[in-house]
Formats: sequence, C-alpha cells, structure tokens
Amino acid sequence: MSGARVAAAALFVRHRPAGVGALVLLVVAALAVAAPLLPLHNPDLTDLANRLQRPGAPGHPFGTDHLGRDLLARLVWGTRLSLAVGVFASLIAALAGSCIGIAAGFFGGRTDYLLMRGIDMLMAFPYILLALAIVAALGPGLLNALYAVAIVNIPFFARSVRGATATIAHREFVDAARLAGMRSGRIIAGEILPNVAPVITVAMSTTIGWMILETAGLSFLGLGSQPPQADLGSMLGEGRKSLINAPHVSVVPGAMIFIIVVSINLLGDGIRDLLDPRLRAGALSRPAPVTRIERAATGADDAHPPGGALLQVRGLHTRFVSAGARAQYAVNGVDLAVDAGQCLGLIGESGSGKSVTALSLLGLAPSPPAVISGGRVWLAGEDLLGANFERLRAIRGRRVSYIFQNPMAALHPLMTVGAQLTEAIRCHRRVPRRAALDEAVGLLRRVRIPGPEARARCYPHELSGGMRQRVGIALALANSPELVIADEPTTALDVTVQAQILQLLAQLRRERNLALIFVTHDFAVLSQLCDRVAVMYAGRIVESGATHDILSRPAHPYTAGLIRCAPRLGAGRRPAAIPGLPPAADHRPRGCAFAPRCERARAACEAGAVAPARLSATRRVRCLYPLEAA
Amino acid sequence: MRYVIRRLMAVVPVLLGLTVIVFSILAFLPGDPATAILGPYATPENVERLNRQLGLDKPPAQQYLIWLGNILQGDFGRSYSLNRPVLDEVLERFSATLILAGAALLLCTLWGILIGVRCAVGQYGWSDRLLTLTAVVGISVPSFWLGLLAILAFSVNLRWLPASGMFAVYGGGGAADLARHLILPALTLSVVATGVIARLTRSAMLEVLRQDFICAARARGVGERRVIYRHAFKAALVTIIPVIGVQAGFVLGGAVYVETVFQWPGVGRMLVQAISTRDIQLVQGGVVVVAASYVLLNLLADLAQHALDPKIKT
Amino acid sequence: MTAALEAWRLSKTFGGGRRWFGRARAPVCAVREVSFRVAAGETLGIVGESGCGKTTLARMLAGLLPPSGGRITVDGKDPRAGAGAWGGLVQYVFQDPLGALNPRKTIRQIMHAPLRHLLGMEAPARAARIAELFDAVNLRREFLDRYPHEFSGGQAQRIGIARALAANPRIVVLDEPVSALDVSVQAQVLNLLADLQRAYHLTYLLISHDLAVVESVSDRVAVLYCGAIVELADAAEVFARARHPYTRLLADSAPVLGRKPAPAAAGELPDAPPRGCAFAARCSRAGDACRRRAPEPVCTRGENYVRCFHPVETPQ
Repeated sequence: MSGARVAAAALFVRHRPAGVGALVLLVVAALAVAAPLLPLHNPDLTDLANRLQRPGAPGHPFGTDHLGRDLLARLVWGTRLSLAVGVFASLIAALAGSCIGIAAGFFGGRTDYLLMRGIDMLMAFPYILLALAIVAALGPGLLNALYAVAIVNIPFFARSVRGATATIAHREFVDAARLAGMRSGRIIAGEILPNVAPVITVAMSTTIGWMILETAGLSFLGLGSQPPQADLGSMLGEGRKSLINAPHVSVVPGAMIFIIVVSINLLGDGIRDLLDPRLRAGALSRPAPVTRIERAATGADDAHPPGGALLQVRGLHTRFVSAGARAQYAVNGVDLAVDAGQCLGLIGESGSGKSVTALSLLGLAPSPPAVISGGRVWLAGEDLLGANFERLRAIRGRRVSYIFQNPMAALHPLMTVGAQLTEAIRCHRRVPRRAALDEAVGLLRRVRIPGPEARARCYPHELSGGMRQRVGIALALANSPELVIADEPTTALDVTVQAQILQLLAQLRRERNLALIFVTHDFAVLSQLCDRVAVMYAGRIVESGATHDILSRPAHPYTAGLIRCAPRLGAGRRPAAIPGLPPAADHRPRGCAFAPRCERARAACEAGAVAPARLSATRRVRCLYPLEAA
Repeated sequence: MRYVIRRLMAVVPVLLGLTVIVFSILAFLPGDPATAILGPYATPENVERLNRQLGLDKPPAQQYLIWLGNILQGDFGRSYSLNRPVLDEVLERFSATLILAGAALLLCTLWGILIGVRCAVGQYGWSDRLLTLTAVVGISVPSFWLGLLAILAFSVNLRWLPASGMFAVYGGGGAADLARHLILPALTLSVVATGVIARLTRSAMLEVLRQDFICAARARGVGERRVIYRHAFKAALVTIIPVIGVQAGFVLGGAVYVETVFQWPGVGRMLVQAISTRDIQLVQGGVVVVAASYVLLNLLADLAQHALDPKIKT
Repeated sequence: MTAALEAWRLSKTFGGGRRWFGRARAPVCAVREVSFRVAAGETLGIVGESGCGKTTLARMLAGLLPPSGGRITVDGKDPRAGAGAWGGLVQYVFQDPLGALNPRKTIRQIMHAPLRHLLGMEAPARAARIAELFDAVNLRREFLDRYPHEFSGGQAQRIGIARALAANPRIVVLDEPVSALDVSVQAQVLNLLADLQRAYHLTYLLISHDLAVVESVSDRVAVLYCGAIVELADAAEVFARARHPYTRLLADSAPVLGRKPAPAAAGELPDAPPRGCAFAARCSRAGDACRRRAPEPVCTRGENYVRCFHPVETPQ
C-alpha cells in the first residue's frame, strides 16, 4: 500500500489549496489546544474602565469587548470551544448516521424502509429549523446546541452511507464471504466497513465545517453557549450590539469562524479528491472536443498520402498521459488503408489499442488523458489530424460516422430517438424540422425498426437492446457517410440479436457501398462481414491481409494462437491456450511485444524493432519467423 | 399523471410525521408552560386552571389529536406573548420570509448554475480555479458575519442601502422601498447556497461531459456549444434540480440568521424570540407552517425532475 | 444413482406483495419450475440469453438466494441441514473476477476465510492448504501478500477458483467464469478448470451465454428461455441436432468461423413471458396449442428432455 500513500502525498502537494487549508487548520488547532499554556489574559476578567479598546491598545493586541475583556484571549478560548463542539457534533452525527446507514443498506427490505422513512421525516424540516425546535425543547445551552446540530446532520450521513453500503452489499465479494461461511456481523465488520470508511470520511470532511458554522450560529442567536462561557458565535452575537462604534469586537470572531471553516472545506476537498477513485484516476476531467495532438514536425515527403485509398493511416501513435502516473502507450505506430466500399476488420484483445485507434481517427479519443503523439490520417487525401475543429466537425457524422459498443450509453437518455436523429441531420444539412423528422422516420424504417413513427417518439430506455443498436446505426447513416467506424457494435448484445445486427450491417453495406471499419475481438463475428483483417497486439498491427487468407493460413504466431484459442461451435474440442499475459500498457518492449508468449521466438525477436514484412501484394506481417513464408 | 397522484399521496404521511415530531419535541419541554405564562408568583390553583384550559392534563396522545384537529381547522392557538392568534402572526411573518428566501433562492439558482457551468466548460483554466475557490469561500462564510460586514460597508460607511427592516419607518412602503431593503439581506442569504449549487453544477457537468453520449454527439458532428448547453446541461439538470430543492431548505432555515442581523420581520426572527419567551404555541405553529411549505416545495422539485427525466417511473 | 446435485421444480419469483403505501406490485417470474440432476464428476452447462434467469438459478443453487418454490438436494440431502454447511458443499466462481475479491484485503486474508469459517482449521494447517491450492491453480505464492488491484483478470479468476476449492466443495457453480477475460486468457482458465475437475472429482455447473464455451466444456447442456429449461441434451448433440426451435435459433445465430451467416430471425426476449409457451411468439412452428398452454417436458433420451409440442426432427 506504500504506493498508494506516495500517490496521496503527491496529490496533496499538487492540490495546493488543500495544503494551505491543512496548514492553516493545523496552526489554529495548535493555538486552541495550547490555550491554557499561552500567556493570555483571563478571558472572563471584566475591566469596565478599559471597555471597547481598539486593536493595538497596550496589553490588548486585539482590543477589548464591551465589558473590557481581552479579545485575543477570548478569541483563542472561543476557538477552542467552537472547534471542540464542531468535532464532537460531527463524531456523534457520523456514528449515529453510519450505524443507521449501514443497517439500512445491508439488511434492506423492511429495516431499510423503516429507517429511511424516519430519516426522511428529519429531512422534511428545513435544516436549521429542526435545530431550533430541538434547542427550544432542550433549552438554550452549548451542549444542547451540539446535540441539535448533530441530530440535524444525521440524515446526511445515513443517506450517503446507506447508498455506499447497498452498493457494496450487492458486490460479488460479499457473496463470496457469505459462501466462505462468514456471518452477517463479521461481514459488516470485515467486508462492508473497510469499504464504506472512505465514504464516511468524505461525509465528515464535508459536514464538519457546517457543524461549526451552525453551532456558532445558534450561539449567535443566544441559544448556544451562555455567558460567561463564550464560543466564537456568542462573541459575535454580543459584539453586534456595539457594531457601529467598535466593529472589531464582532468582526474578529466572525473572521475566525470563517478562517476555520474555509480551511476545513479546502482540506475536505483535497480529501475527497484523494478518496474518490474516479477522481484519482484523473477520469473526472472534461474531455476536450478534439484529442490533443502533439506531433513532431514531419518532413515534406510525409505531407501526401502514399496511395489513393479512401482512408489512410500512417504511423499513428496515441498515448494516455495523466499526472502522477506512467504514460500508457495505447497505439504505437498503426498503418491502415481502407478503400471505398471495403470492410476492414480490426481485431485484438482488450488493451490492444483497437478502440483507441478507431477513436483517434477523428480526434475522439478523450483528452485528457489521450494525446496523439504522431502519425497522419488522410481522408480522401486530406490530413484529418491537421484540420481545424470546424473542418473536423463538418466531417464527423457527415463523411465518417461511428457506431458505439453500448447503445444505451451512446444515446442521450433524455432526448427522444427522433430528436437525436433530426439533430444529427440538421447539424450538417439545412433541412426544415418537419422534413428532417420525416427523414428520421425513414432512417428508422431503413434499419428495420417496426412502427418507426411511434418509435421516433420513444426515449432510449423504452427500447430493447437490439432496437437501441439499430437506432445507433440509423444515427451513423443519417448523412450518408462514406465510411462508418463500428466499435464492437454487437459485443453487448445477445447472440440472436447479434445475428440480426450483423445481417443488417451486411445489407446496408451492400445497398449503399459503404466503407466499414469493424472493431471486434471475435474472429467468428469478423469473418461474417469483413473483406480484410488487421490484427492488433500491444498497439501495433501485427498482421493484415484478406480475411480468407488470414483465417486459413495465419502468418503471425499471435494470429494463429488467437484463432485457435477461441472455442468453435461444433468443433467438439478444447481450445488451445496462448500462455502468459498481454504486456502492460505502460511498458514498451524494444522488440516484438509477443515474443515472451511466442513458441517461435528467438533472441533476435526481442533485440530490436520488427518491421512489417510484405508477404504478398495485400499481406503484411510483423514477424521475423512467420508461419507462412512469402 | 399517476406519478403526480402517487407523489401527492406520499406527502400526507410525511406531513403527519412532521406534526408528530413537532408536537412531541415541544410536549416534552422541561418546565411548565403555565408557570412560564403566569410567572413565578402564580398560585398553584391558577396554574392548574390554566393547565386545564390548555388541555395539558390529558394524556399526550389525546393532546396531540386535539392539537392536530385544531390545526386542520386552521386554529394554531393563541400566542400568549403577543396576545393574538398564532396563525395570523405566523402567516404575516412567513410572507416576509418568503419574499426574502424567494429572492435569495432565485439569486443562488441563477448565479450557482451560471458559475458552475462556466467552471466546467473551462475546467482547470484560470476562471475555473478562481471561481471554484470563490465557491469554497462562499460555502464557508457565516451568513450572520457577512451580514454585519455588509451593514458596516454599505449602510454605515457608504450609506447606500438601509441596514434594517423591510420598509422605511417614515414614508416607507411600496415596491421600490421594499427592493432597497431587500438587496443586502437577500444577497447575504444567497451566498452559501450559490456556492453549493455552483460546486454541484460543476461536478455534475463534468460527470456528464465524460459520458459516452457526449462523445457520440461529438462523433455525429454536433457543434460544441450545443453539446455543452443542450446535451450535457440537460442531463446535468436531473442532478441539479433536487439539490436546489434541498437548498431551498437551507435558505429557509438560514433566513433565521439574516432576519436577526437585518431586523427583517420574518418567521425566523419570530421563532428565536418565541423560543426565548417560551411561547410554545407560537414555536409549534411557526415550525409546522415553515416545514410544511418546505415539504411542498420539495414536492415541486420532484415533479419538475419527473417532467425532465422520463426514466423515473416509481 | 444418487445425483450429486438435484433441482426439483425450482422457482423464483421477485416482487409481488404490496408496498406499505400503494398498489400491489406485479410479480416477476425469474426462474420457473427448473428440474435437473447432475451426476458426480459431470459438467452441466446452462446456456441462455441475458435476462433468461441464468444467474438467479445459479445463486439459488449456491444458497445465496432462497427459492420461492421447489427444492435442491446435494448428495440426496437438503444442504440447509447443518448451519453454514451449504458453502462447504457448493461453491461459486463469479463472473467479475476482480469484483469477487474485497479490494481492502490481501489475497492471504481472502484465502483464509473459508478455511477458518467453514472448515475450522488452525493457522498452520491453513497456511499449508493455501500453498497447496496455489500450486494447483498455477499461482506463485508471493502473490499472497498483494492486494486484488495488482492482478489481471485471468490471475484474479485463478484466485477466485482457488478460494472456491479451499472449502472442499462437492459442486462448483461457474457463473460466466471466462466472459470477463481476454480471449487469449479464456482458454487457459477453461483448461485449468478441466484439470481441476479431474484432479478433485468436482461436479460443475457452468453458466454461460457463449454457446461455443458451453459446448466445449460441458457433458450435458440445459437451454434456458424465460426462466424455464426448454431443452436438456448431451453437449455433442444439443446444438448440432437441436430439438427445440429456440435451441435451433441459438445455434444458427452464433457466428462460426468459416460458416456463412444464416438469415436471422426477428424478435427479442419478451419482458414478461406470455401464457403458454414463452417462445411461441417468435416460433415459426407454433400452433394454437403453443399459445394456450405451456408444454410439458418430453423425454428424448435418458434424462434428457425437450419442452415443445412440435420439436424439430433431425436425422440421428
């Protein structure tokens, strides 16, 4: 776990406001703790002769209040009291709220219902009003204010902890613990609590500032600490009476409350960033509309495409860069060519870079963290990676379009299917709304959706998985593109639905002479649709050629292994495994990335880069000892 | 429509539970209300007679039912300290609070969403850094202190705006006068909620912007402005609206401080005074009315969210 | 023959009843009257599309979900007899290998749990047993002190298998054990499972949506549609000579290397199965009887059966 701790330290250093907050809070807390040891006046000693002294008066650096008490001493002691009250209130709220939340989330059912309806009742009161009512019942006093504020904050803890617990209680490792003979009590202590602890910490860091504010507020109203005892809130409340002629008496304690709460909240934000795994992965940054491009200057000979294909890719490099982590090399020099009307299958395992390659073509790989660090993509001779955003936008969806893996996620959940289709049409062509809607219905009919007029008014969640993917295809076809890039379009679907979608794609391709890049991990699916295949491994294309040639006579040992290791229906035999694991993406081997798993590997394979060799007019293989010689 | 009816039905038990809580909190008040009213020198006979008058000799459950029955008929009892019907006083004060809280809620929703969206769009730019820092400062400011600072700056030193009350004492009245008096308290009250809404809007927008359907919209060539303000904002609103509902509660509650600082004749200040004079009938009436209206406000927020998000069916 | 595992008219209904405030909820039938027997050392494959009740069935068999009707027997006995003993008879390998490991525990702590709580072993005996298990699944022992996030999916699945074996179960339920893994790693895990079955004489229940995986690993295969078994047959024949029209459709839909795609049939899994045969609406052979009442199982050979009024006749 030391790695995690180092990352935590690094994050704190980078999250400068949190560092500042921690520092300020440390100083304030140290002063408060050390209050009895500091050379201060007695905070309750009245001296009416020296009342309302200005700051800087001799012996009273912060001045005195309306009873002549030293403001500095009162400030330090008041801070001590306010901090203590805030911390205790949040501990009480955290303890009670977490117990309720864990019980409700873990046991569910009736327990959950009863507990959460009780919490809802507490939430039905406007925040401070309930605290007021409780103080009204218990009577004014600091301890009663503390209870009131704690009770008011219980629902917040209960709700967030319940949510986290319910998620974790349905995780598979809890089932596994149950199967390992563990009882509920032990599961809560051993499996649930460690995983909910970050949520409780985050909830505390967000609420402790509020609780200090609220107890101070109750004291300000005269309902919290009673004289002569004074926390920061009651100092402010008393000072208010002399606001006009001695503003410092109320301004200074208020500023102290503010400083404490700000530093707690800044620190809390840092803690939240640290404990929220999504933030830690750097995923919560907003992806830019175009992938960041950092290409080295290229020579003039590179400025023109080498052939006349519809889409040509040369030397594409994409890597993922996030602060505090090693760069991940997703795509390491990919060359591709697709002719008009041709279907290219891009096959590889997860992490091979096939999806990133597909997204990089139109600058759609999310950045941060993606960076295109080299290469060119030509569409009919035009370099797409060099194009400005407006130019790229005009091409996206018009000449080149995408079909995504998960149609539910790729459709806007709050827009009807028809609205999304008409938008896709109207952002490229000036078509009246009415005509665009007719066209949208026509598209739905073309992808064989029954009752297209009614379906156009549906939201995505009202459609079945197969229908949704048909809508995804209709969106891709909206402006009659020349090239469609389909990123695992059938992986999330059931076999029978997959067959329907594959059939639809094949028909549409014939009807419209579409060029298609079909990204998949499944040779069997690929073989149904594609003319040509490019096999990717560790960010490189290791073999490419006609589908039939590669399936019948694979040249690269990896291709051969990939074909053999998938069980084949009706073959009646166990698949042959490829030993070992694919390389990690942060590691860039010098030679062939497959060599450590390859039976045919020799010393030369790992010594240096392996260039693609030409086997025939259409076949390339990146292997020194291929299974098929030229 | 079925959802609306079901949601309306669900409000009834919440309102009932709310009255139970209010009644039981205040029924177990230490000390004897009759003694509080009649003062320490009252004779035991007088105290007992008043207790009978107030119905305090009956069992608590029966007391509650009588009280609830009266409330449902609009009878919240009489405030002994003000010597007038509780409902009249509460409604008068509550309208003042509603003006203040409504103005503040409007301000914080508008500014919060604007700032949040602005931050998300320019994430990690200088405007984002500045505005997120401002938002943290905003949620950390004690409103009672901020109010005092505002009075010092704009009323005492600059003499631009009045420091207290709802209308000028001499020759006051009218919308313009009200607006002048409203500016400082409403701004003070809106600061914290603005910070909360801005921070939430920012994270909700960022969360939405990295989802697949945004990438898909870009892949279709949808313009960037439309992607952000139509696609992303619409999806983010689903999480923002309930928070505005919750913030309405914070604003209603926070009004207590601001009303005290600015001498605004609202229900919050009334409650604080009623608590210090132990005027229980007034506290009960005030809490019930404010809490019930808050429940209805949340109902509105829920219905708005329902109208926006077709997926919520339960 | 007493079967290692027997399910008799096993059913699971979700929902139903009333809310505290509000109308009655319509019950959802996830599993309907599923019956089968698995012999010791046999692998029964259960195949079906998403939403057909595969995982609900698996969770009931492992004692993670109480059935609404029917009964389960292991070695002729009720596994509920004897507290906490179910985990000692039936273990489970999960679909998401990393999700099945508590991210805040070391592998050693995870491996200790079943040995301690189910078998009541002392610490030294536990350490020896863990070492033995790790050898059996081809994992290095230094992995024991690492946390789950340090492992790839294939390694994590081996850990999950080792944990399942630790309890010394008679039966292992494999719930999509390879579908979350990379293609090149899938075969490794499938082969490992086959080796372990032979070595420990295990009975497997393999649940998967992938026809090819089920066919290559199982002895017999049950095809699940809308919560009911529509066909139970030997693995070598179930797809090659499908009797039920749904099995036929599945077999035709599956993409196969070097086979031209067959024309796809329309339709998807219904949300609520209609009266009668659940597949009738999508079936070209359906007659009036199919829509009126649900077909009873018709014995084909041995314990195999098909639930269809008009089964496909294929030459033997």
